[in-house]
Amino acid sequence: MNKLTSVGTITLAAVMAVTPALAQVTQIGPGEGQLNIVAWAGYIERGETDKAFDWVTKFEAQTGCKVNVKTANTSDEMVALMNEGGFDLVTASGDASLRLIAGKRVQPINIDLIPSWASVDDRLKDAPWHTVGGVHYGVPYMWGPNVMMYNTEVFKEAPTSWNVVFEEQTLPDGKSNVGRVQAYDGPIHIADAAQYLMFHKPELGITSPYELNEDQYKAALDLLREQRKLVSRYWHDAFIQMDDFKNEGVVASGTWPFQVNLLQADKVPVASTIPQEGATGWADTSMMHVDAANPNCAYMWMEHSLASNLQSDLSVWFGANPAVPAACTDGRGMQTPEGCHTNGFDDFDRIRFWTTPTANCSQGEGACVPYYRWVSDYIGVIGGR
Amino acid sequence: MNAAPPEPVAVTLPARGPGDRLSGLFWRHPKLLLGLLLAPPLLWLGVVYLGSLAALLLQSFYYIDEFSGVVVPEFTLKTYAELFRAQNLDIILRTVLMAAAVTLGCAVIGFPVAYFAARYAKGAWKAAFYLGVLLPLWSSYLVKVYAWKLILAKEGIITWAAEGTGTSAILNAVLSLPGIGGNSLSTSYIGTWVVFVYVWLPYMILPMQAALERVPVSLLEASADLGATRAQTFRTVILPLALPGVIAGSIFTFSLTLGDYIIPQIVGTSARFIGLAVYQFQGTAGNIPLAAAFAVVPIVIMLVYLTIAKRQGAFDVL
Repeated sequence: MNKLTSVGTITLAAVMAVTPALAQVTQIGPGEGQLNIVAWAGYIERGETDKAFDWVTKFEAQTGCKVNVKTANTSDEMVALMNEGGFDLVTASGDASLRLIAGKRVQPINIDLIPSWASVDDRLKDAPWHTVGGVHYGVPYMWGPNVMMYNTEVFKEAPTSWNVVFEEQTLPDGKSNVGRVQAYDGPIHIADAAQYLMFHKPELGITSPYELNEDQYKAALDLLREQRKLVSRYWHDAFIQMDDFKNEGVVASGTWPFQVNLLQADKVPVASTIPQEGATGWADTSMMHVDAANPNCAYMWMEHSLASNLQSDLSVWFGANPAVPAACTDGRGMQTPEGCHTNGFDDFDRIRFWTTPTANCSQGEGACVPYYRWVSDYIGVIGGR
Repeated sequence: MNAAPPEPVAVTLPARGPGDRLSGLFWRHPKLLLGLLLAPPLLWLGVVYLGSLAALLLQSFYYIDEFSGVVVPEFTLKTYAELFRAQNLDIILRTVLMAAAVTLGCAVIGFPVAYFAARYAKGAWKAAFYLGVLLPLWSSYLVKVYAWKLILAKEGIITWAAEGTGTSAILNAVLSLPGIGGNSLSTSYIGTWVVFVYVWLPYMILPMQAALERVPVSLLEASADLGATRAQTFRTVILPLALPGVIAGSIFTFSLTLGDYIIPQIVGTSARFIGLAVYQFQGTAGNIPLAAAFAVVPIVIMLVYLTIAKRQGAFDVL
């Protein structure tokens, strides 16, 4: 009896010692009846915005998990909501995911419980924005590039360089680009400038557009000050940008495939390209809250997010790329190989995904300019400083 | 020796229930009733209204740690010092200039309208006036601003009309004004100003009209009898008497412009105004102390403004 107790104690102790490191679900039980997700707008559609786009109702019918969605507009909002708690899953971008992991707001994922894990894009399986020390903290959800959109009547051939939005020049239609190009109205756009410099000024030694030391940062800001002279208005709202392409005479700008698709559907003469310098982009991951109240439903959703029509239809809806390559080809939804190509599926290697700039970077402790300075300096640049 | 006072006679009937006792209590202690009635609004004002302001003020004395980007809850004036950095001073100056220009624009455009309504409009005309002034307030603010974006766009109706009437040269001359011009009306400060004036105009017209209606006709007649010209009457009688109304209206237009963050986001050059800066600092940068410090700026400006306005008697017509 005594022996049995001590064996039990030792086992318990062993379990408890191991648990903090591998606090993950080991088997999926019956669903809890509901699931609470923090997501980007348009990410979880149940056919209410457009009947053709629905990847929730079937899941609810199959699992009995009612899906509740809280939409967030910024990565910071997502982090704040997850810190508050009460949610099971979040579709976190690269500039939020590592913060969530570092803050211990999300738990490791047992990929053995997700049968479709094998179908995930190999390029994403161990991506550094959700895998830390070999532990997976999420399931890839969707990714996309920040492409360049251009007016096909002005550019008979796709622009090969981002210089059309960074440097003053005469466009193919013989008129200057002043006032006819746009840039993103968010501090993360500094990374686009850094990426441009990475290609054109290798002497600066930029290795990542998100890790800039003072000199590299200054060079990027100088480039953006030149850009300010070309840009009449910066864009932050997808629909305002689309309006500017229609009514404001804008002919080239960095953008999301979302706007390109909608404008093309509207018969506006635009197309998109990824110029020679490459592009920045985003990659989102479904991550599970450390105190998720509905873990079984959460696991079922993660499987659903990979296996169902979600990957295919969402990539059409959002102009993004599925985390499961087969979704482009196997006809599980509306996506086609051509559609994936338009959305930049084959350009993965040329995309540098959004991450939050921090002071401690690969250049050393405190060597890089942190994000909050990006914010205030970009405000200065737009204000003409 | 006085006679013993007579036994007091009960002038009230005995209490019939808790309702009577309660009303008796209130009758004996009128301040209690007053306190109970005032408590909810005072709590609202004190806790929700002033409390949030106090929390804001408190936040502005914290600072953000340079390396981690975490807010440090220690008392400092560092955050306020940041307001004096060149790009932040730009924002404040830009906002105050815009607010002043909008106020001036509203006053100049609104005065004749208010004067007509107060002096000449009668009956159906009066109703039409009120409808005309208030109608824009009935539709959504966002809808109006988006509509203006389209009107002012490079390929919008104004450019089209200018081309049709051969006045493109005038439009281009206006747009090439240094500083306030731009590539098109919708991407210039002029455009932002136009939309601001449009949106806040009713708030200027209504108090001005109230003030003008109170100017007694007898004074105008006396002025005329004493040989003053119309211009003299206007300058020395009407304007001074209506000035409090103008100032009351300007409080609205000035403070509303100071705090707005929607219009400059949709129409204009993307250069930040105070409201936009607050929105961005607290939202995307997580720099709540600086956002709070920025939010204190319009409060201070308005306090100064209101002190001046009070001296001019603006609150007598509110």
